[in-house]
Amino acid sequence: MRIKQLLIGITASVIAISSYVEIAVADLKFPMLVYRTGAYAPNGIPNADGFVDYYKMINARDGGIGGEKILHPECETGYKTQVGVECYEKNKKDAMVFQPMSTGITYQLIPKATADGVTVYSTGYGRTSAANGKVFKWIFNAPVTYWDGASIAVRHILKNNLGNIKGKKIALVYHNSAYGKEPIRTLQTLSKKHGFKLMLLPVDHPGQEQKATWLKIRKARPDNVLMWGWGVMNQVAVKSAASIKFPMDKFIGIWWSGSENDVLPAGQGAHGYKSLTFNAPGDSYQVHKDIKKYVHDKGEASGDGSHFGTVLYNRGLFQAMVQVEAAVVAQKIHGTSKITPAMYRDGMEAVNLSAKRMEELGFKDFAPPFKNTCENHGGSGLAAVQQWDAKAKKWNMITEYMYGDSDVVQKLIAEDSSKYAAEQKIAERCN
Amino acid sequence: MSVELLNFIETVLNGLMSGVMYSLVALGFVLIFKASGVFNFAQGVFALFAALTLVGYQTGQVPFAHLINELFGTNYHNWYASMPNFLAIILTMITMIALAWIIERLVLKHLVNQDPIILFMATIGLAFALEGVGDLMWGSDVKVLDVGIPSGGSIWLEEATIGLAAEGSDYYGMYIDVLNVWATVIAVILVITLALFSQYTKTGRALRAVADDHQAALSVGISLRTIWILVWAISGFIAMVAGIMWGTESGVQFSLSLIALKALPVLILGGFTSIPGAIIGGLLIGVGEKLAEIYIGGYFETGALENWFAYVMALVFLLFRPQGLFGDKIIERV
Repeated sequence: MRIKQLLIGITASVIAISSYVEIAVADLKFPMLVYRTGAYAPNGIPNADGFVDYYKMINARDGGIGGEKILHPECETGYKTQVGVECYEKNKKDAMVFQPMSTGITYQLIPKATADGVTVYSTGYGRTSAANGKVFKWIFNAPVTYWDGASIAVRHILKNNLGNIKGKKIALVYHNSAYGKEPIRTLQTLSKKHGFKLMLLPVDHPGQEQKATWLKIRKARPDNVLMWGWGVMNQVAVKSAASIKFPMDKFIGIWWSGSENDVLPAGQGAHGYKSLTFNAPGDSYQVHKDIKKYVHDKGEASGDGSHFGTVLYNRGLFQAMVQVEAAVVAQKIHGTSKITPAMYRDGMEAVNLSAKRMEELGFKDFAPPFKNTCENHGGSGLAAVQQWDAKAKKWNMITEYMYGDSDVVQKLIAEDSSKYAAEQKIAERCN
Repeated sequence: MSVELLNFIETVLNGLMSGVMYSLVALGFVLIFKASGVFNFAQGVFALFAALTLVGYQTGQVPFAHLINELFGTNYHNWYASMPNFLAIILTMITMIALAWIIERLVLKHLVNQDPIILFMATIGLAFALEGVGDLMWGSDVKVLDVGIPSGGSIWLEEATIGLAAEGSDYYGMYIDVLNVWATVIAVILVITLALFSQYTKTGRALRAVADDHQAALSVGISLRTIWILVWAISGFIAMVAGIMWGTESGVQFSLSLIALKALPVLILGGFTSIPGAIIGGLLIGVGEKLAEIYIGGYFETGALENWFAYVMALVFLLFRPQGLFGDKIIERV
């Protein structure tokens, strides 16, 4: 009797597992490398919540992508490069795309994902020269790169100085990591071009203590300070700048140094602080209404729903939207809803997010339009400047979206990617 | 006076002030190590947990709200709008005492007479567990901590020192963050209170007796367990003070637990068993790292000396004086 029951049990389990596998294979897997714990969690959580809410909304509203549900397993990296690589190895099977959310992890994944045939999408971060699709077939970093960011910040400073910054002093306060070091080369080239003096001020992880850095700034009195920070480094830097009475409107952070988390602890002292951005703040877009209707109102919000409409949450929405759109395009190109990772890459390379398409997706005026091509994986290269209003506790866009110095940036991208291609023996494509 | 000399004095002063902030963390380590021989790796997490709890009480956050809402489908987040600072601090102190009692009951009681390395490993586990509980209890968002301590550059000092520079020199005046001045005052009060407590109270004397010799203290009827709870509660209180200071400076967030790493070189320098050592060690480390970053940082391509120079200082001290400046000399009888 017991043997019979056992056999029935095993048979039932096998049927159940095989039917699950069948469903799983048909679904589209978008693994998420997140950091909901540790020193960088305050940045990681709102961003991950944006991703999850968007995927849930697509599953609930549209029944998935072309009828295929989105699976979005999370793997906690704690913003640690080694753990991120382990997460990739664990989740790479049948994965459509990886969004590492760390430049350090992205650098490690570039050769691995290229060998495995998995798309890596580092939205506005990662290795800048990956914008060259001729060399980096599987890597995308649209809509804008760090080198664009550096030159857009300098362009903004130029504009505020009537086009002449010769002899001015610009300091870069940066996270002493692959991420923070990314803009140095561009800024060095721009300093030669425009004649400004560049001061480099690294801050070690996590950036809790920056007193000496800001004493140096107080002593050297740079005309402008740029910041490539993340996590607690941003909050301490903004507070320290306010404390030494550095003019906040001369302090510009990259788009990862411009969330509500970064300025709120400094209170009124943060008033006027600027950062670059490639997406708008706020929660009044159609996509927010849909998420509210299909996800939050049903009690399905990721986390406690408190990050809804914040800068990093909105960025998560934007990143998820591009990833979903790539799948939609891939399905159209290949005429099947059951796309493979290779088909997905084709979709990502053909993404064309025009203003009209953005509106259809509920992102009207949320971000500037961009499209990927075989040669260009770096998108439009557009970013705007936003400024913190400490009284109203909100970010205001104060410029139009603008381009960086493409002469400088494109030359540097070509140099760096050619060097990488030679090292890795990669033959250029798209010819 | 030359601007260079004034800048040098400013760097030293700021180093001293930063050193006090490190000492606040190091004090908690020293107390526990003195009384129980345990190197409490969780001291940084104690500071984080205390700061999280304080903000939670201040803002009326429901503890474990996310878990409760997930399990029961409710939507509780806050049960009142705000609580006066004084009351919130008292409640946080009570929570830290309760935490000390729980740690003694659940961990230390079961590890009496174990090797120091076992107790050290237990505190590593405790650090991670407590960090997880803190996350579950209060969430991972950056929290603004304001208990009314002023912060920002001291205008008074700036104005008082601006005239010290030579005529015609372009000098701003000296900079010191008022928050650090407050931290110094609080640290001085804390050390004096601890000294008076251990010298002139019965419990304080019992505490010193346990620190000197566990067996002898037990033989005269001192309850080791009570002393351990007391010591852990006091270091919990010190962690709260450190958490308030550091949390006010950077907002309360999980990287706060990493301030423990700043206390390690302080302890190596000052000695693991000396309260004055923790203070002097902190001051030396603070001044050393600031001077190194500002005056020799530029010669290093990678820069960011501020973070690791303290460990270089500690290493040099270890080579010449392993017990630290004020630590007990290590004598092994064969």
